[in-house]
Amino acid sequence: MPRKDHKGKVSGQLPYISDVKVENMVYGVLYRSTIAYGRIKSIQLPDLPEGYEAVGAEEIPGPNYVKIIKEDQPIFANEWVNYIGEPILMLVGADLNILYDLLEKVKIDIEEHQAIYTLEEAIKQKSAPGVTMASYEFGEILDTITSIELKAHQIIEEEYDTGYQEHVYLEPQGMLAIYKDDEIVVQGSMQCLYYIKNALINALACGDDDVRVVQSPTGGGFGGKEEFPSMMACHVAVAAKAVKKSVMLVFDRSEDMVVTTKRHPAKLRYRTALDRKGNILSMSVDLFLDAGANEGLSSVVLQRALLNSAGVYKIPHFHAKGYVLKTHTVPNGAFRGFGAPQSFAGIESHMCHLSNTANIDPLEYKRKYLVKQGDPTITKGNFRDPILMEEMIKDLLNTSNYKKKKTEFQQDNQQNQRYKKGIGTSLFLHGCGFTGSGERDHIKAKVKLVKSKDDQVSLKISNSDMGQGIFTTLSKIVAKELDLPYEEILFPYPDTKEVPDSGPTVASRTTMIVGKLLERAAKKLKSQWQTGVEQEVVENYVHREMIPWNEKTFTGDAYPAYSWGVNIVEVEVDTLTGNVKLEKVYANYDVGKVIDDRVMKGQIDGGLAQGLAYGYLEKMTSKEGKIQQKSISDYGPPTSLDVVSIESKIFDNPYADGPYGAKGAGELTLIGGAPAVQAAIEDALQTPFQQIPVTPEVIIDSLWMKEGEEG
Amino acid sequence: MITFTLNGRKVETDAPPTARLLDVIRDDYELIGTKEGCGEGECGACSVFVNNLLQNSCLIPIGSIEGAEIITIEGIMESEQFKILDESYSHAGGVQCGYCIPGMVMASAALLSQNPHPSEAEIREGISGNLCRCTGYNMIVDAVSLAAKKGDGLWQKK
Ligand code: FES
Ligand code: FES
Repeated sequence: MPRKDHKGKVSGQLPYISDVKVENMVYGVLYRSTIAYGRIKSIQLPDLPEGYEAVGAEEIPGPNYVKIIKEDQPIFANEWVNYIGEPILMLVGADLNILYDLLEKVKIDIEEHQAIYTLEEAIKQKSAPGVTMASYEFGEILDTITSIELKAHQIIEEEYDTGYQEHVYLEPQGMLAIYKDDEIVVQGSMQCLYYIKNALINALACGDDDVRVVQSPTGGGFGGKEEFPSMMACHVAVAAKAVKKSVMLVFDRSEDMVVTTKRHPAKLRYRTALDRKGNILSMSVDLFLDAGANEGLSSVVLQRALLNSAGVYKIPHFHAKGYVLKTHTVPNGAFRGFGAPQSFAGIESHMCHLSNTANIDPLEYKRKYLVKQGDPTITKGNFRDPILMEEMIKDLLNTSNYKKKKTEFQQDNQQNQRYKKGIGTSLFLHGCGFTGSGERDHIKAKVKLVKSKDDQVSLKISNSDMGQGIFTTLSKIVAKELDLPYEEILFPYPDTKEVPDSGPTVASRTTMIVGKLLERAAKKLKSQWQTGVEQEVVENYVHREMIPWNEKTFTGDAYPAYSWGVNIVEVEVDTLTGNVKLEKVYANYDVGKVIDDRVMKGQIDGGLAQGLAYGYLEKMTSKEGKIQQKSISDYGPPTSLDVVSIESKIFDNPYADGPYGAKGAGELTLIGGAPAVQAAIEDALQTPFQQIPVTPEVIIDSLWMKEGEEG
Repeated sequence: MITFTLNGRKVETDAPPTARLLDVIRDDYELIGTKEGCGEGECGACSVFVNNLLQNSCLIPIGSIEGAEIITIEGIMESEQFKILDESYSHAGGVQCGYCIPGMVMASAALLSQNPHPSEAEIREGISGNLCRCTGYNMIVDAVSLAAKKGDGLWQKK
């Protein structure tokens, strides 16, 4: 059974947005700030030839901000600029080369102010006005922790840093506004149609029927096309309205790398009290996220980061506090895992280091603290469903021959001076769907099935297939319920004129939440089925109340369900060059129930490739507000030579509120990669690291230090 | 005027000699199967055959291909070899977002025509100039090795 979109993709004939041309279409290019923080004093435009126009803040019919959560992100900056690359105006016209020439001639005078460039500086200044954008705190009372610490045998403090991660979806961002007399149609590469539609209604100050959003085939998203496209949509729509032509904005790779959102760099501070045997008595975590210049989705990312700050462990007397901090750098945003990868990298690393102190194998140490069914979560929620982690770990220990390898590697490493082998593990989970009551209060998903006179059934939902395969999985669910051949189910690219708001394509929610609604809708349609008659059924999200989530106190069930995973990774480190070679990767997962084996394997392999690379390969840095890696090779995402084949297995553990028991899967697969690869490198070198990515430079530095100490 | 063969047809273009082959293919001849992922020769999404060699069309100025034979994905779409690759990619689950895929298929065809029975390592080497961010490559590697088996005897002929 082929994927729904296979034919068009394999032949390249499926048009992505950059393949589209419409009548009366012009291009847009953005003039961007070259200053990190400052006040715009004047704007001087060159003489524009006939047919070329400039569009800026003055042309925006509505308020000048991109509607996300806060109102702090201008569509076109007109007073202050807050990062290098911030859009100030757009030039539009027919010829891109002429536009680039004109762009060079725009002169903008900006009075420069003292910028905050790094997370470290922001932490120092976190009490200054405007620096802390959001913060949350929860868990054990600090006095209690202090008194525990007083009696502890020792206190371990660690600081851990994670870097940027760039999505590198292979199709750069692109958006087209098609100008019509009575409506603006915005079409492009995107994950969240209604986020864009709401942003457009706000920016154009127009009615619901005046804008329409259509998804184009989307060449990868990974979160990068979650909130960012809303800004591009505002740019092209405002421009189209102003010049009364259709406007296309497509980034080239370097523009995309420099100005689009990335995974938040983070700093995590752990303070853990241990008894004489190395058992954990208490733990506090302070977590700092670098938001960049606008808040965007950062507060929500912080929530997920904090909710995962204890990993898969039941830690006695746990306390956590987190901050979203402003820097004058490119805004960071959604990326597969959404704050969880930073937290899991940190906690897995810390637990591994604690196990060294206790002189116990890291995996044995971690297993002592594994949460079990019925245990409370760190927010006083409950792990009410069965947890298969022990089975999955045991199975993976066998498959990978972990214990034997661990001893063998140590022996071999003594013989081999240059190449050192290591094996590491990671244990992780992912909360499926929106945090807390988000599905009930904010999203309120609605799905529709439409049957035509000739009994063809179409899915009408606002979720995007960006490669993750929902065309296939969701069509399968509907086909099965209706007893129809899968090939006959239609699932056109969504268009807000046709589809209700079933929510954004994020948070590993599509299969579990939208899939369940579709299953119910299909059941309903079947029960009402009338051959040869047009029919329509709608289903609305129903919330199953558990322990109510309270965002203020950070208590209650943060997620309706959790998916789980175990990774084991083997590496070989070249101590001369610091290069790390992946040797073997093993992975077990519980995602409830798999809807399509091939789609699931694709998520595992692709997610792990990104997650592993986040741990040792992909490095992006910013210097005085400028992103330093402007090309794919500067940045270094994995090629086919970096990845090895992955032995993975899925454990069935059906979840009552998912279709056939399915839970979320898309983000989970990324999360375990980085911590497992770090643990494997540490095992090889017998050296702890306090950061990812563990690049060759980091490795060489640590080897020098070690030599110095032992010297 | 620059004259070359595009998918078996003689064509002429008055594009400036510095114009990228990629743009000429896409804009002037409306062949959209050749994609742009980086514009710098780093991703392989724009792969085409120039005189039977796999090349990144984003790096080729049109002025340098006078008289050359250019084949894009559209030019192989009707072939037996493409059919085998199509089926193999589908069967192995090698396609996700699809943006890298036409380039991958071109790289796969190039590899198999030179080495009809590649090992896993040779496949990884053969597609290493083509970036894929979705699949982690393994299912693409499977697709190529499946195509090698399914199309046994087909690849050498070319
Ligand atoms: S677009 Fe030519 S190699 Fe990437
Ligand atoms: S399938 Fe998306 S980049 Fe390869």
